[in-house]
Amino acid sequence: MADDKDVLRDVWFGRIPTCFTLNQDEVTEREAEPYYLLLPRVSYLPLVTDKVKKHFLKVMKAEDVEEMWLEYEGTPLKWHYPIGVLFDLHASNTVLPWSITVNECWTQIRLHINDNNFPDRDLLHCTSNSVIEAHFMSSIKEADALKHKSQVVNDMQKKDHKQLWMGLQNDKFDQFWAINRKLMEYPTEEGGFRYIPFRIYQTMSDRPFIQKLFRPVSPEGNVHTLGDLLKEMYPAALPNDGEQKRYQVVIHGIEPLLETPLQWLSEHLSHPDNFLHICVIPTPTD
Amino acid sequence: MTYLNKQLQIIYLKLILSYKKTLCNFNATLSTLTHSPPVPQVPSATMPVSLLWAVDVYGRVYSLSTAGQQWEQCRDAQMEFKRVTAAQQCCWGIACDNNIYLNVHASDLPVRYQEETYENQRWNPVDGFSDRLLPSDRWQLSDVTGLQHQPLDNFRLPSSSWEWEGDWYVDENFEGEPTEKEGWSYAIDFPATYTKDKKWNSCVRRRRWLRYRRYKAMDTWAKIPSQQTTLPDPFSDISCGGWEINEEPRGRLSLWAVSLQGKVWFRRGVNSHNPCGSGWISMVGEMIMINVGLNDQVLAIGSEDRAVYFRQGVTSSELSGKTWKVISVPRDGDRSHSSASAHSLQSAGCYFCGEVRAQSLVSDVESDTEKGSTDGASCIITSSSPESFVDAPTEHSDQPIETPKSRIPKVTSDSFISELVSDRGPGKTSREVRSAGPAVLEEETIPLEGEVKAPDVGVSLSPSQSVGPLDPQWSNVDLEEAQGQQAQTGAVVDTADTSSLSSVATFTLAMEDPYGVDEHPMWAWVSGGGCSVDSHTQLNWFNCSMNTSSMVQSVQSMSLSVTPAQTAAWRKQIFEQLSERTKREMDNFRHYEQAIEQSVWVKKGTMQWWRDWKPHKWIDVHFALEQFSGPEGNKDGILFIYYNFYEEKKYLHAFVNEVTILVPVLNDSKHSFAIYTPERTKQRWPIRLSAATELEMHDWLALLSVSCCDSRGIQGPPSKQAIWSITCKGDIFVSEPSLSLEAMPYPTPCDQMFWRQVGGHLRVVECNSIGIVWGIGYDHTAWVYTGGYGGGFFQGLASSTDNIYTQVDVKNVYIYENQRWNPVTGYTNRGLPTDRYMWSDASGLHECTKTNMKPPSPHWTWVSDWTIDYSVSGGTDKEGWQYAADFPASYHGHKTMKDFVRRRRWARKCKLTTTGPWQEVPPIPLSDVTILPCAAQSSVDVVPLWAISNKGDVLCRLGVTALTPAGSSWLHVGTDQPFKSISIGAASQVWAIARDGSAFYRGSVSSQSPAGDCWYHIPSPSKQKLKQVSVGRTSVYTVDENGNLWYRQGVTPSYPQGSSWEHISNNVRKVSAGPLDQVWIIADKVQGSHSLSCGTVCHRLGVQPLEPKGQSWDYGIGGGWDHITVRGNSMEPPRVHLPSLTERTPLPVRNTEINSSAVGC
Repeated sequence: MADDKDVLRDVWFGRIPTCFTLNQDEVTEREAEPYYLLLPRVSYLPLVTDKVKKHFLKVMKAEDVEEMWLEYEGTPLKWHYPIGVLFDLHASNTVLPWSITVNECWTQIRLHINDNNFPDRDLLHCTSNSVIEAHFMSSIKEADALKHKSQVVNDMQKKDHKQLWMGLQNDKFDQFWAINRKLMEYPTEEGGFRYIPFRIYQTMSDRPFIQKLFRPVSPEGNVHTLGDLLKEMYPAALPNDGEQKRYQVVIHGIEPLLETPLQWLSEHLSHPDNFLHICVIPTPTD
Repeated sequence: MTYLNKQLQIIYLKLILSYKKTLCNFNATLSTLTHSPPVPQVPSATMPVSLLWAVDVYGRVYSLSTAGQQWEQCRDAQMEFKRVTAAQQCCWGIACDNNIYLNVHASDLPVRYQEETYENQRWNPVDGFSDRLLPSDRWQLSDVTGLQHQPLDNFRLPSSSWEWEGDWYVDENFEGEPTEKEGWSYAIDFPATYTKDKKWNSCVRRRRWLRYRRYKAMDTWAKIPSQQTTLPDPFSDISCGGWEINEEPRGRLSLWAVSLQGKVWFRRGVNSHNPCGSGWISMVGEMIMINVGLNDQVLAIGSEDRAVYFRQGVTSSELSGKTWKVISVPRDGDRSHSSASAHSLQSAGCYFCGEVRAQSLVSDVESDTEKGSTDGASCIITSSSPESFVDAPTEHSDQPIETPKSRIPKVTSDSFISELVSDRGPGKTSREVRSAGPAVLEEETIPLEGEVKAPDVGVSLSPSQSVGPLDPQWSNVDLEEAQGQQAQTGAVVDTADTSSLSSVATFTLAMEDPYGVDEHPMWAWVSGGGCSVDSHTQLNWFNCSMNTSSMVQSVQSMSLSVTPAQTAAWRKQIFEQLSERTKREMDNFRHYEQAIEQSVWVKKGTMQWWRDWKPHKWIDVHFALEQFSGPEGNKDGILFIYYNFYEEKKYLHAFVNEVTILVPVLNDSKHSFAIYTPERTKQRWPIRLSAATELEMHDWLALLSVSCCDSRGIQGPPSKQAIWSITCKGDIFVSEPSLSLEAMPYPTPCDQMFWRQVGGHLRVVECNSIGIVWGIGYDHTAWVYTGGYGGGFFQGLASSTDNIYTQVDVKNVYIYENQRWNPVTGYTNRGLPTDRYMWSDASGLHECTKTNMKPPSPHWTWVSDWTIDYSVSGGTDKEGWQYAADFPASYHGHKTMKDFVRRRRWARKCKLTTTGPWQEVPPIPLSDVTILPCAAQSSVDVVPLWAISNKGDVLCRLGVTALTPAGSSWLHVGTDQPFKSISIGAASQVWAIARDGSAFYRGSVSSQSPAGDCWYHIPSPSKQKLKQVSVGRTSVYTVDENGNLWYRQGVTPSYPQGSSWEHISNNVRKVSAGPLDQVWIIADKVQGSHSLSCGTVCHRLGVQPLEPKGQSWDYGIGGGWDHITVRGNSMEPPRVHLPSLTERTPLPVRNTEINSSAVGC
């Protein structure tokens, strides 16, 4: 039987084959070839789409383009969600590679016409990687606030924080986990974190995600499972007795059993931002 | 320890003295930092020599030096050995007589042990102080507590390995201070606080007698007395460790031994003063073998249950640990089941539960005068331990000792098994073993590799000699048994005589049931050499439920207490699904490009590193620069320094984008450089590395420098706003000021400034904000900056191709000839014993003769011979002598009645040739230069530039523009006396310092009258001689010869000379005031967490238009800095409170206008 640490590696090195195509409406000097890339599930779109940008800039007037945004089947993809979450939420059970449409924002348009094609309602602007870094680090800090009352992350040095970020940015598993390990520790007698940092995403609702306080162990001392969490947060996601399964509960592209202990999931299937991102999607009707 | 203390005190005193003497020496910081005693011709990159120890099948001990190429047989080894375990400083072994021997390697440092005893006296009115004590008092001669009677002649050498170094003597040192002649310290009563001075109420006194004994049995095998027990119980296994747990005391190690009966012994008190230790402590529990791992953690295999035990609680304060904990974790193997297990277990258990006897904890016969507080504690704990073993004598009570037979196990070659307990009977000689050896070996049925059969088996042994299957122990010792076995060929069925190993081995292989609780695997060997366990972390190896300590955190917390059944279901599901996911999402798309390039470029090398822990010294390290391209195309990297901390491999790393500066620190013995980060700048403790050759160092420096610039996106020449600085070695550095460097109230911290080196060699550099930069060399040559970058060791991309020129600099190296007067012969070079070297450096601490003195670094070559230097401050007589009452004192140029010592300075010129973006401005040599700091309107505007010639003349350069920074010609400005420093402010206010230390203000300087009209004398601060001046936009700052920084008060438009000097700070070496009135200095004696630094760049915080003096200092790079100029940085920081951009910035501009008009009229 494989080691639990192998799970960490599998999670980290998960890749989604993706095909980027330029939006048909974009004005180009010549036709743009699609671009194929393996995207890391645990990373963020702006961190990994530099090559895409360069590729499409070749056919556009470079000075015009200020920002690039991506959509899948008409849904703008939020850059501040991990790539794996975006895929699981919008595109699981579809044919691979994942087909993403690239839209470019033009400087002139943004300046002169207020009604730009940029979906301001859905997307945040991402002007540089430092914005992502800030978002990523604040997620880690939020997660540690839930797990350890921020004690671990506050004890770290600035260079440790930097190492977490650099690890993610440069896809360095060892570098990242050398520090992240500390964030995953907990006092043995408590049997887990204070609260499990989790977010439940759903496609069917306008709410961005569900995030509440939830402990890994019940007051009676029983270990909470994934099923327990869903029962409390999102009972509709669970199948009623004898009923056809209506929803899939997906984490990192897999469906863990509902009896999986939540603490274990949090330690092993959390994203680098230390949150357990759970996607609830409708079961595909074949 | 006390001896060490004394030594330390002496060294400390010396340091204080030297520090006081070298304060005024500019070169002090870097040279003392990098100074290492001139070791004669030791190649700098050699690894410290260490030894690999081995025992051959005949029991001969060999050592192989890391510097050698052949095995050397251990001298003095009449004894055959069966097992050795080595530490860096010594080697322990079990000889064939079953005693433990110790071989301490000879070294320059003698092993000394200090014996001490206290003589106690009480005062009575009749005799005064006498040895007549009260009945309740302590012994006349006692230990420090007074409880032990310790007359001088009671001290015996612990063994023949020791000799007395001398006789007893009185310690005339008390808490670091010398006492009266007799060494007494006084108190009101025993026991109390002692003082070295006798007081009216001192009723008792005591003094300490000291005697040193020296370990003489170097490089020979010295027998360690074994524990006296009723029955002989030979040692069968030893293992030493102890390099990790604590630095102190030096040379301490842990030695553990196991006897044939399974008794575990710990050798206590082994340290550098007492290499053979002071006694054995018996441990609870029976083991068949023992192994000391990293961090001194001890692992053993139980002789009865064959479980692997971990010694819990081994800490620096309790080296022998607390208790044995069985490691009870399941194995992952799915092996076939064997029904033989129960039987085997029984037989094994039966055999190995040999006689057990409750042992009292007796220390051996060695005198144990060492205070063993920790040992004592552990002793008590051990004896009172609740789990004291069962007294279970068996009918085999004497048999196992006499005839412990064992056979070579019949196991498969891949199983990791070695022989268990085996020993030759004590009466047997080794000769027959030797003769029988090879023959028997050929009969071996074990399909082990040929190297076992080769007679020089030791050659292929791994360094961890006592570990592993190839342990020679069975080869040499068990020959006899094997021989015997041959004759009997399997006839032995007696349980007591059967080697249980074979059955155990079978059993181990056949063992199954990972979740078994009652049954556990039977182990044969354990090695902790690779297993690092912090003493404060908790392992998950032991029974989870039994060991829920609340204060410890789980190491990896990968263990969640869930039942196996649950594990199977959900865990399996996750693993399966993950591998399915991989198949689904990745297998068909492997040809796709990866989004994040893993292109990593690594340069590796070996260097030496000035290690972080004490005692600081150069150690060999591997150095690597890992570079990778970031997602935005920017390059970044990490530096790794791999070193050995005792036996453990560790590394240190720094992100390239955090490196703030790389400083070459060449001296005559090392090609070293220092790497700073903001953190290390604060601590005043850079990463110091030394390359084997100069070329290698330059390669690394150039590469690292490019890497640092890349990660920060810096390239090309410095900007016009750049801040320039110079180290006291003459290296030039430049830093790009961030916009918020002068921001209020939160400027960029000074230690975060990134500095890069520019080729060339200068002593002074001055710039202004339109990019005009001038420099002055050590030989006073004037240089003008060409606009290039690189040069020096920077090659290729890091250097501009044109405008790099050859630069030559010459400086003097000084040594001092010291003499003392005596009535008979007058002044001679015969000094007092306490005097300095008769040929020394300025401090007198280092001997510097004409012949041994080398140029400052390999870059420099001598260009003259030694000559007497008459230009010393204080003056000299005709022969160059300066006189003083004593060393060190203030010297004067003529002899008086009170003078008993004299010295004179010798100088020798050396020359350096390098390249850099500098062009010479002939022909007048300069000593100071200043350029108008404010921004010029256009590039053709002529920029005022003033200078002081080497002779003290004031000069004005004509024709200096941004396009022709060198100007055209000098205009001489007349003065009454020679000058030494000059500065021009943003409004053309010119201030200068004369050689006599007073200040002058030049009137009527304007663009129409660039040279002004006359000098106004401005008195210096009382009793102080000024030496340097810097004028910013409006502020005037000066530094005096005693390091005080002065601000000119009352400078107004109508009275630009100001009214008085206000003291700002002391310990200042140089000041630079800039066009924003920003104030930067080079400061001395800046406190860091690791050291005091002289020559540190500091920034004045809180400088505002209405508060030009600022509030406090922010500390930047240093020490070892000599000069800084911030006069190029005219970038107004962003001002948050300004309402709109259309408005003119009110205050600063108005100020300038007022001032300039004031000066104009």
